[in-house]
Amino acid sequence: MGCPHCGRVHEAPGPDMCVRCGWRLAANVPDTSLQWVWAWFFAGLIAYIPANIYPMLRTQSLGRTSESTILEGVVELLHHGSYSVAIIVFVASIAIPIGKFFAIAYLALSIQRKVRQGVHGRYRLYEVVEFIGRWSMIDVFVVAILAALVQLDFAATINPGIAAISFALSVAFTMLSAQSFNPKTIWAYGDHSKT
Amino acid sequence: MIACPTCDALYTLPDVAEGARARCRRCHTVLTAPRKGAMTRIVMLASTSFILMLAAIFFPFLELTAAGRTQRSSIMDVVLVFADGPFVGLAIAVGALIVVLPLLRLLALIYVLAPMSFGWRPARDAIPVFRFSERIKPWSMAEIFIVGVAVALIKVAGLAHLSLGPAFWAFAALVLVVALKDNFMCRLTIWKTLEHRRQ
Repeated sequence: MGCPHCGRVHEAPGPDMCVRCGWRLAANVPDTSLQWVWAWFFAGLIAYIPANIYPMLRTQSLGRTSESTILEGVVELLHHGSYSVAIIVFVASIAIPIGKFFAIAYLALSIQRKVRQGVHGRYRLYEVVEFIGRWSMIDVFVVAILAALVQLDFAATINPGIAAISFALSVAFTMLSAQSFNPKTIWAYGDHSKT
Repeated sequence: MIACPTCDALYTLPDVAEGARARCRRCHTVLTAPRKGAMTRIVMLASTSFILMLAAIFFPFLELTAAGRTQRSSIMDVVLVFADGPFVGLAIAVGALIVVLPLLRLLALIYVLAPMSFGWRPARDAIPVFRFSERIKPWSMAEIFIVGVAVALIKVAGLAHLSLGPAFWAFAALVLVVALKDNFMCRLTIWKTLEHRRQ
């Protein structure tokens, strides 16, 4: 039994924690980690719904108030002609979160069904999900920066909308979901012939 | 003997030459990649980032001029926008992600690695401290914040005149230095050295 953090080897019914680094050791391979993955996954999915319905930004300009959701923010950027930024925001706050939901669900289901094919591909997918999830936070930071900066009384004021909270929560939950994954379960049922 | 941290394949690891890297044959995870003088470099880079971070917090970050009025904001202002009403939780989260956790991680690394780079015994509780710094790694989001700044700049570019303050450059340098430092980190070597020196 190997430590998932520092690689130290322990004898089979080993201790609960690694004797070198104190990381929690995953017990036997059909383990309970998938329950955590699903729990955080659904929490993230639920938080993602209000994040798209409610406004992310409230802009007051010369007495007029306008509210925009995540999607409207992207469309607005397109109208301004800043295509590259529109693409960054679209990828970070729409494509990545939705892609992540599909990827996590696919990985979890394939482990539950004990799928044996494509272990390397699925492990690569897991690494990508873990690496890229944090980048969805961009939009929350953009809202924070804009709201701090644009406080010019009458001329223009920007305030955060309620969706900022649920979006941040959704990103955090899906990050936790990806972290709860025990990558060893991908290998456990996998095709070992290539080794 | 070690087990691959991701797929449990077992290896008896020979001494890997400095500058080389050992990968798992099954899943291609990098097992170990020792670098010459890595500990000293990490400590120095971490101290640099720490100083840059302090500068980044207190100097003005961005300056905005519109309709004859100027608005300056520092990173603390960015954190405090959310500080009233229903957004308190978000203020705490944003502050933690862009300031507190990166700072804690740097301090923890210096605490663990500085004595070891001098060849001394590791500091007390070095093991839980290093474990903590590894655990908060995905949550320190300084580099993401920088991209967020870029996006925000373009969003308000049409609305007002903007200029970057000294803190922006400190923060940008910080992101580069942290990336460089992480490049030198080899988790396995650090754990092995920690275990070795403790006895």
